[in-house]
Amino acid sequence: MTTAVSILPEQQLAVLNAAYRQAVGRRRLRLLLGMAVFAAALALAAVGAEVNLRTLFTHFGNFLSYFDRIFTLDSGQRVWTDAGEWLWGWRKWLTMLGETLLISYVGTLIGAILAFCLNFFAAENTSPAPWLRFVVRRLLEFARTVPGIVFALIFVIAFGLGPMAGVLAIAIHSTGALGKLFSEIVENADMKPVEGVRSTGASWLSCMRFAIVPQVTAGYASYALLRFEINVREASVMGFVGAGGIGQELVVAIRKFYYSDVSAILLTIIVTVFIIDISTGWLRGRLFGREART
Amino acid sequence: MTRQQAVDTRELRARYPDVFDRPASARLATPAMIVAAFAILVYGLVDLDFSPSRFFAGLNQLGWITLMMIPPDPGSSLPVYLKALGETLSIALLGTTLAAVFALPVSLLAARNIVPSKLLRFPVRRFLDSIRGVDTLIWALVWINVVGLGPFAGVLAIAVSDFGAFGKLFSEAIEGADQKQVEGIRASGGSALHEIRFGLMPQVLPVIAGQVLYFIESNTRSATIIGIVGAGGIGLQLAEQIRVLEWQKVSFLILMILVAVAAIDFISGKLRFAIIGRRAVA
Repeated sequence: MTTAVSILPEQQLAVLNAAYRQAVGRRRLRLLLGMAVFAAALALAAVGAEVNLRTLFTHFGNFLSYFDRIFTLDSGQRVWTDAGEWLWGWRKWLTMLGETLLISYVGTLIGAILAFCLNFFAAENTSPAPWLRFVVRRLLEFARTVPGIVFALIFVIAFGLGPMAGVLAIAIHSTGALGKLFSEIVENADMKPVEGVRSTGASWLSCMRFAIVPQVTAGYASYALLRFEINVREASVMGFVGAGGIGQELVVAIRKFYYSDVSAILLTIIVTVFIIDISTGWLRGRLFGREART
Repeated sequence: MTRQQAVDTRELRARYPDVFDRPASARLATPAMIVAAFAILVYGLVDLDFSPSRFFAGLNQLGWITLMMIPPDPGSSLPVYLKALGETLSIALLGTTLAAVFALPVSLLAARNIVPSKLLRFPVRRFLDSIRGVDTLIWALVWINVVGLGPFAGVLAIAVSDFGAFGKLFSEAIEGADQKQVEGIRASGGSALHEIRFGLMPQVLPVIAGQVLYFIESNTRSATIIGIVGAGGIGLQLAEQIRVLEWQKVSFLILMILVAVAAIDFISGKLRFAIIGRRAVA
């Protein structure tokens, strides 16, 4: 089959070609300008961050040899040749790790409960009053923008050293993060059941309980599990500021150059994070089907 | 007119036994899970030495601290703080860019449609996972050992820990790309490199650009805290002022961080829309 291709007259073609080139040229210019601005910002940032390539190159050997050192025992052998010597403190470390997990669990659950209580006020479609919505939203925003470890630093002073400060810091940060996600789920909920419940003369509370909550619990649980995963990682460094958990052991080992201990503790943390990731992923898939995983 | 039908409960029960007579295990599953969750919570509270007296004493203390934070006041150190904030922003920008540059080639190796062999993909993925499993603060401590205290260690820490995150996100973006363009290029005789350059990259780059911008934004947050372990930026000032109990300065620093993060949010949001269009973001 042949199709006729119409060939435009020379003059018309020239005009169209010129327009095309101009459009492409303009786009290229914009891209080039964007790149130039980005490069300038990078250069400025390099000055600001005191980037010193010479230090990096002269000390880069240090980075590699650091890994060499943390994988070497005091006796000069590789760590994996003598697991008993390498993981000598496993009893203590596992206890600390258990504390870390408990900190993140308690923190996540308290945060999730607070977020659950607050999110209906923050969602556009269920908030009883605009001013309340504004206040709750700013509160959640504050709780999630201030990093958890900053809360931990302050709480360590208020509540004393120990896991309590870590738990409260994680709880507040989780409230902020989950409150936002929860209220977004509520905003996507179907409002017809709410109308149905309201038409029977039910109060706001009953509307939430019988029309919204059954729609959203699966999403809530899925996000809370995801948050737990993130919080395990965060709790592993809470000990840096004295807020309990395995981080305390780690920071001591790093600062005192107990090299093989560093790798052993890092190994236990990484393995734990893997296990938590995999098991919560499995649990989410199990509870809410594959599509709810993201 | 519709006739009201008399409901025969017995017949309904007989017809839908699953609804009316759910087995006890199914009915008790949810309450059991809730009870278990709360049991662990209570155990945790006891194990972590939560005592009401300590809690309320702490709250009281926290109340005093909050009162002492008002009004926020930088004292005479405003220039130092502004410089520290600039350092933080530099750390976030440089760290994220470095991470993205290094993660792009590695993410190709971790993508299913580029490297079909599971044997080759598996080590790359686990490598990225291990890097991601270690918190940015820990990376900062490691880099301080290598290049010394200061913001440069922070840049390297953010670069390494984001490398892990980007590797995963980019490879997912690549896996989500449409294969038809790639096939078209292969059909016209292009090499594997051509397939990636002309078939894949035009689809993937806008997604990646959006993610990088989002990370610059979230890294402003992480960069504020790596100073706590001595890797430069505003976190260093914040940790110091908290340790010496200069609460007015602390609240001023927190306000500065909030404003900076909000500003970055706003700018990167605009940029993201400009690069990939409004619809693709939402």
